Amino acid sequence: MADRVQGISSRLREGTAHKPAAPDGGTDKPVLSLRDLVVEIPTRYGVLRPVDGVSYDISAGEILGVVGESGAGKSMAGNAVIGLLDPPARIASGQVRLNGESIESLPRSEMRRLRGKQIGMVFQDPLTSLNPLLPIGEQLAETIQEHLPVTRREARARALAGLEEVGIPGAADRLDSYPHEFSGGMRQRVVIALALCAEPCMLIADEPTTALDVSVQAQIIALLKRLCRERGMAVMLVTHDMGVIAEAADRVAVMYAGRLAEIGPVADVLTAPRHPYTYGLMGSTPLAARGQRRLNQIPGAMPRLGHMPEGCAFHPRCPKAAPACSQSVPQPVVMGDGHLAACHFPMTVEPQEAAQ
Amino acid sequence: MLAYIIRRVFQSLLVLLIVGLIAFSMFRFVGDPIDNMLGQERTMEDIDRLRDQLGLNDPFVVQYWNFLTGAMQGDFGMSYRQGRPVAEILLERAPATLELAGVSALFAIVFGIGFGVLTAIRRDGVLANVVMTVSLIGVSLPTFLIGILLIYIFSVELGWLPSFGRGEVVRVGSWWTTGFLTESGLKALILPSITLGLYQMTLIMRLVRSEMLEVLRQDYIRFARARGLRERSVNFRHALKNTMVPVITVTGLQLGSIIAFAIITETVFQWPGVGLLFINAIQFVDIPVMAAYLMLISVMFVGINLIVDLLYVAIDPRLRADTTARAK
Ligand SMILES: Nc1ncnc2c1ncn2[C@@H]1O[C@H](COP(=O)(O)OP(=O)(O)OP(=O)(O)O)[C@@H](O)[C@H]1O
Ligand code: SF4
Ligand SMILES: [Mg+2]
Repeated sequence: MADRVQGISSRLREGTAHKPAAPDGGTDKPVLSLRDLVVEIPTRYGVLRPVDGVSYDISAGEILGVVGESGAGKSMAGNAVIGLLDPPARIASGQVRLNGESIESLPRSEMRRLRGKQIGMVFQDPLTSLNPLLPIGEQLAETIQEHLPVTRREARARALAGLEEVGIPGAADRLDSYPHEFSGGMRQRVVIALALCAEPCMLIADEPTTALDVSVQAQIIALLKRLCRERGMAVMLVTHDMGVIAEAADRVAVMYAGRLAEIGPVADVLTAPRHPYTYGLMGSTPLAARGQRRLNQIPGAMPRLGHMPEGCAFHPRCPKAAPACSQSVPQPVVMGDGHLAACHFPMTVEPQEAAQ
Repeated sequence: MLAYIIRRVFQSLLVLLIVGLIAFSMFRFVGDPIDNMLGQERTMEDIDRLRDQLGLNDPFVVQYWNFLTGAMQGDFGMSYRQGRPVAEILLERAPATLELAGVSALFAIVFGIGFGVLTAIRRDGVLANVVMTVSLIGVSLPTFLIGILLIYIFSVELGWLPSFGRGEVVRVGSWWTTGFLTESGLKALILPSITLGLYQMTLIMRLVRSEMLEVLRQDYIRFARARGLRERSVNFRHALKNTMVPVITVTGLQLGSIIAFAIITETVFQWPGVGLLFINAIQFVDIPVMAAYLMLISVMFVGINLIVDLLYVAIDPRLRADTTARAK
């Protein structure tokens, strides 16, 4: 734990997590672009907006960390991208572009073909993500054959290669094993192999380590990072763990009440947050220096979906709130290289902190 | 695994032994067959002779032992009423009941699972709602009323199907008679099978539906969708299989009760099976027939239960692991 934090802070100082970025926060040719994505849930009491005008890009070989309190809309945004919103939730407006093509209004059958083949997804709990009654080789082969024109034998060969790639020891003997015969960490590796077996260019990992033992979390994150680099995948990594963000993500997006509060290179956002919400999450000193992994508690609670305050949704909890904040919604403003924050009165960067 | 099977078989035998005791106790405590068998002008000698002949004067334990060993060899004694071996009478009647129960069970399982899946995956569809409503009627109406209703509509009003009996039957082998080989036999099977199977069908359907809805909420179904698997594969390969463990339990028990409930259906349709035989036996306090029937039904119940338990293990690999672990 201690040397891991050491690693995090040294990385932050070196600024290796920083990547060249376009003004809107992404590199020139993004795999995924969200543009003003709005997800709505019509209910008896009115229309809820768990995702409200979110825009960001993720490039090939890049990991975007997504953080925010519970209910901020992180999973909703991920589900919207892969087309798995549970009705009545739906994409009300905005665009989801995959390699430049809009996919938000594709017919169901085409969206299905895209899932697994272009976009993979990994869920939180590996214990419940695998069908308990089918051997894992079966589940892999079935998915491979769904997307690729291969024979049963080839599918099994690819399944084996997939298991080896994610580091299952003795993979050849494990093809016919059932999920319950694996440990939690191994199961999450199997889940990752399954999500990636048809070689998608984009991976959504929704809290992939939350349900795991602390001892294996780092391994899974390292695996995701390696796969991202080797395959040149775009990865959306949803997490509550700032250690994970600092270690794996290239950029980080901070969500609050369905909106994007801040986005930028990890080193910048973690060491010099500009949005008061991010600042509150990180605490007043750089996170890594204090060896802290969990997000800071901010007094108060995020507003419930049906009761969004006017203007900036954060103003009831914001120490810097001014009258303007409850009147108009702040738009993202460029704070630095690829660094945006949606705030009327962003934090200023104190020189000695910025220098760190 | 083997230890598990042996244990279950042993338990089954114990249950049968107890049922046997209950069945046998009827000889001692329910009615006196002598009254029925001999007319008004009986003498004490007549009665004694008959008691001896039927073994009714032996001590209790001896009688029970004789009953058990006999039953194991298929010998249930002589029918008080017909004066013929009970086994022979049962054998004569069994094909009618087994064919009826078999067709009913098939009807209940096929339509129960089919409608259950349909109503779960098309939850808001028109057909699903119609099926659900009709099924409510199916559970709430008593069997005999459904039988009478069906007879009224399809036999009396429309005249399409016979209202009683098995139709023409064909003898197959030394003792089996079947209605499957003639048109009238097949037609005669339809109404009784529906009457007998309807209740179980609705039960299975409702169970499959609720289990299926539960399973469809699971993460692995979501993950299967997230991998782009087809709806067909998600619903049938991944979801349906996971509903099977509870469904098999209930279905197994229901199959047992189909045979038990056959009594009512056989009475309504005058179906010449063992159920009707049992009803007649009650009227005449024909205890050997009643006892044999009871044993037959319990053998079936216990047998089906045993099969159900073994099926679990075949379906769910987790149970396989647990049972081997425990057996070691
Ligand atoms: N069917 C629904 N009806 C009403 N509100 C819903 C429904 N489903 C989700 N929500 C709300 O949508 C919001 C966004 O949920 P989401 O799952 O995206 O949060 P999250 O950021 O992933 O949180 P967590 O960190 O807990 O996973 C939450 O406030 C949730 O209560
Ligand atoms: S806009 Fe105002 S209320 Fe919102 S975060 Fe900025 S300062 Fe705080
Ligand atoms: Mg979530």
